Amino acid sequence: MSQPLIKLQDLSVRIGYGERAIRPVDGVSFEINRGETFALLGESGCGKSMTALSILRLLPQPAGRITGGHVYLDGEDLTALPEIEMRRIRGRRVAMIFQEPMTSLNPVLSIGDQIGESLRQHHQMKGRAARERVLELLDAVGIPDVQRRYDEYPHQLSGGMKQRVMIAIALAGEPDLLIADEPTTALDVTIQAQVLELLQKIQRETHMAIMLITHDLGIVAGMVDRVAVMYAGQLVEEASRNRFFADAGHPYSQRLFESLPDVGKREHALRTIPGFVPALDHDFRGCRFAERCDQAWDHCHTHAPSWRIETGDHHHVRCHLADENVIAPPRSTTTEKILRHAASSHGNGEALLDVSDLQVHFPIHKGVFKRVVGHVYAVDGISLSIPRGQTQALVGESGCGKTTAGMGILQLLRPTGGSVHFDGIELTGLRGERLRRRRSDFQFIFQDPYSSMNPRMRVGDIVEEGMIAQGIGKSRQARRQRVEELFTHVGLSPEHVQRYPHEFSGGQRQRICIARALAVDPRLVVCDEPTSALDVSVQAQILNLLKQLQNELGLSYLFITHNLSVVAYLADRVAVMYLGRIVEEGPVAEVLERPLHPYTRALISAIPQVEPDSRREVIRLEGDMPSPSNPPSGCHFHPRCPSAMPECRERYPEESASSGHRVRCFLYD
Amino acid sequence: MIMPVILWTDALVFLLVAVVLTFALYARSKPHLRAPWRHVLGSRMASASIVILLAYVVIGLLDSLHYRAPLENNGASDEVHYGVEVLSVLDYLLEPLHTRTEKTYSAPFATHLYTRETIQHPDGSQTREYPRLTWGGRHLADPEADFRSDILVRVATACLQALLLSGLLLLLLGFWLARRTQYTPGHAIRSILAGRTRTPLRVILLTLGLLLLLFCLALNLSTAYHVFGTDKVGQDVFYQTLKSIRTGLVIGTLTTLVMLPFAILMGILAGYARGWIDDLIQYIYYVANHPEKFETALERADIRLLFLCIILGITSWTGLCRLLRGESLKLRESEYIKAAVALGVSHAKVITRHILPNVMHIVLITVVLDFSGLVLAEAVLSYVGVGVDPTMNSWGNMINSARLEMAREPVVWWSLLSAFLFMFTLVLAANLFSDAVRDAFDPRLHQR
Repeated sequence: MSQPLIKLQDLSVRIGYGERAIRPVDGVSFEINRGETFALLGESGCGKSMTALSILRLLPQPAGRITGGHVYLDGEDLTALPEIEMRRIRGRRVAMIFQEPMTSLNPVLSIGDQIGESLRQHHQMKGRAARERVLELLDAVGIPDVQRRYDEYPHQLSGGMKQRVMIAIALAGEPDLLIADEPTTALDVTIQAQVLELLQKIQRETHMAIMLITHDLGIVAGMVDRVAVMYAGQLVEEASRNRFFADAGHPYSQRLFESLPDVGKREHALRTIPGFVPALDHDFRGCRFAERCDQAWDHCHTHAPSWRIETGDHHHVRCHLADENVIAPPRSTTTEKILRHAASSHGNGEALLDVSDLQVHFPIHKGVFKRVVGHVYAVDGISLSIPRGQTQALVGESGCGKTTAGMGILQLLRPTGGSVHFDGIELTGLRGERLRRRRSDFQFIFQDPYSSMNPRMRVGDIVEEGMIAQGIGKSRQARRQRVEELFTHVGLSPEHVQRYPHEFSGGQRQRICIARALAVDPRLVVCDEPTSALDVSVQAQILNLLKQLQNELGLSYLFITHNLSVVAYLADRVAVMYLGRIVEEGPVAEVLERPLHPYTRALISAIPQVEPDSRREVIRLEGDMPSPSNPPSGCHFHPRCPSAMPECRERYPEESASSGHRVRCFLYD
Repeated sequence: MIMPVILWTDALVFLLVAVVLTFALYARSKPHLRAPWRHVLGSRMASASIVILLAYVVIGLLDSLHYRAPLENNGASDEVHYGVEVLSVLDYLLEPLHTRTEKTYSAPFATHLYTRETIQHPDGSQTREYPRLTWGGRHLADPEADFRSDILVRVATACLQALLLSGLLLLLLGFWLARRTQYTPGHAIRSILAGRTRTPLRVILLTLGLLLLLFCLALNLSTAYHVFGTDKVGQDVFYQTLKSIRTGLVIGTLTTLVMLPFAILMGILAGYARGWIDDLIQYIYYVANHPEKFETALERADIRLLFLCIILGITSWTGLCRLLRGESLKLRESEYIKAAVALGVSHAKVITRHILPNVMHIVLITVVLDFSGLVLAEAVLSYVGVGVDPTMNSWGNMINSARLEMAREPVVWWSLLSAFLFMFTLVLAANLFSDAVRDAFDPRLHQR
């Protein structure tokens, strides 16, 4: 076989100096061949991005540097090249696209110029020839109406379009290797499907290699040839895709699979990986995963496992269990313990919350006198009903108004119209003190655990605040005691109450936010994507906690998310939102198994599946979601709908229901 | 028995000191507040600036303790009468400088007047010559011969004193450090001298040593000479400059005190409440931005100074107000505020517990940055004649009078120079300090 395109040999990176220098990459070796798609998989903080940046020698300066090992590109050692030579490599031989398309483009240059810059740099192309080539590239990445788009600026494009432009810039240099650092994490699933398909198509045409950095097992299953799993600065497993999905060798890989929520695990608690990724600022003695591994024994804590080849076909595992020379103790059966959840059977189906025709419109002001010139129809008439002790999911892509709906229900935003009945009381009419008194009944858990706590307050005070406001707990001692109980309840140590939010990891912070919401004894909790900022293993911990609390306290949840596998795991009913309206609503099994609305069908088909063989046909949606300030006439979905009919353009379809499964589409009228 | 006099500005100055001390004690107990201040103290430039600023503050505070001295009782009645002149503790300390006035201009270190006078000799003849000063160098029998050696002796004495005092300071610091760190005093002193301490004690010590040297020089020289000369009515310019320090500090700090309630209240309210309240406050700051009966003379001047502070405050709160409005607009959308509202926390609590602590760093940075600008503003306003009372000592008034002095022949330059030197040091120290404060509070410069 010919030599690999790129070969990393024992690469080590340090950031900072002295004893506490961070070692994000610590002896990483792998190779990527031409035309191959290679995935680097792992949680945040494991060194994936640093590995990619060190290939291009783009480590954060001046603190970051390569301290050992080599990177060979076609046999040429990149670590030995002078900086001026590296400019020949970057963009031309190895190109990179980043996670956040919103900030990767220069806002004051037209997109044509930005692509042209790469052509001028690497191919000395100018003038008419360059323009022709840019149009060709824009066309290749699937941007419609290229002549007009050439002169447009980044702010005029949607997120998916910007990521396409980023890909076009990367392709302009005709690289041999494309490094894609979480290229679709910031995008919605339907747009993600478009971008991934585009990458695959380009790879087929140009035969370039792709190094894909991701944390999403679904993406890995869908498009890569080989997988390397990274943990705490080291590779812990490397295998072909099929081998990896059929028989993952390392306990970390196995746990990653098990912590993914799906419909089959509904009755159980998810297997979680306790704790979090260790800090990388010190030397490790034993296996780096031993602290979190349920199969670890004494040997793991004292001896670092070696990088072993297991049974041919390049399957490497860094684990003592895969080593014949190490005798593992017999596995105790207690590790197999899986908590059985009682099926959520609180209440008797009586509705706790009843929302009907809720509208939240934001006026658009213009001019000196702030005249209202239009409205953003963020939520435009949604109806929902949540029984006691049950979970209603609200799914949809970003910008469809699901968070606004949650805020409107809890009166954090004043609804423009419609009614919200909570336990027999109309909330939309309550004002001031009377509303404030009721607030203990319904709570909100936010998406980002980093910004949802005041950084200047101790976490104990944060949790206590609501109790003071609601007059819960007679004395300071009583409240303190309850705070400590709550901390224990959500799985934190009561000693933590004296600390500040920045001393906690993302998962711990989300636990504190849950404790804060529980402190006032709510009956309904609106969870706004509570796990989307967290890693898979931590997500499983939080989902387990939410489910456990529901069982113990009989809480009702309104679970707002874009992640359908979480819905499948957690929710009883699901409502699908598109552009401010609910297009389909019904029991989870019903909606996910037999989706009726074309949008729901496209949404479900676009989710990357973890089982590599069971690939469903992806229904491609063209274009992006229209602006909610100017929704299309008739059915909002008709411009993107594969089965649109003439009447779809004229009026919005009425709701048609059968056995608790509601849908708004003319196909079922 | 003396009669204490509390002027309006005195009261406000001490109120400000109390506020700062309370904040310092509060910040000590909060790690998130302590960390940036540690960072400030860790910077060598900032530490040196703080020492210099403190020296100014001490002089200013001494000058803010006012009293009226009782007049000599002539025995006619038991009633005590007080002099009309309000003095400060600083005046008392600087008694010799304050009272030893000459006839008119004299140059720094001069022994003779700067202007010729006609002198009648006992024999009836008249000559025009430079007469001897009443106080400056009056201990010298023959100024021509003794001047140089006298100055040398005094400078040498001052250096020696300063060295001794600095050494004493080093010892004290060493023992203090040793007690806190369990090292031996010798080890502590060595690590101070090698610059190995976390707070740059060596730099602080050097700055203090420099200040001590200046202090000793002033002590030795100014009692015998007018080190910065005298002005038109023969007053010691050095004394005037020292008295001006209080004026500058009062302008720089009290203005802020006047401005802060406006700016904080209106800024946060505008950002948090939005709607018509926001519009109203915005219009106010747009508009604002484009904008006799006293017992003693000093009280009149003091009220004028206070009003200058208020006027400067009223016109300068808008910048901070605008910043705070923007920050509050951002914060009110943040999730922890939303969470507090969802918990039913009242608006007043949201503002005091969540918004105010999170904008305090902006307030602090603005206050520190504005300080030097305000000191300069006083000088400019007094120069054009709309500043403090003309009888009050201030750098602006000194510069104003220098306008005429610079035009006369021969030029009288020392008033301007001494005002400039003192103002320059204060403003430079304040600016360096504010730089360090801004860096310490800038999250982009050092990640947590």
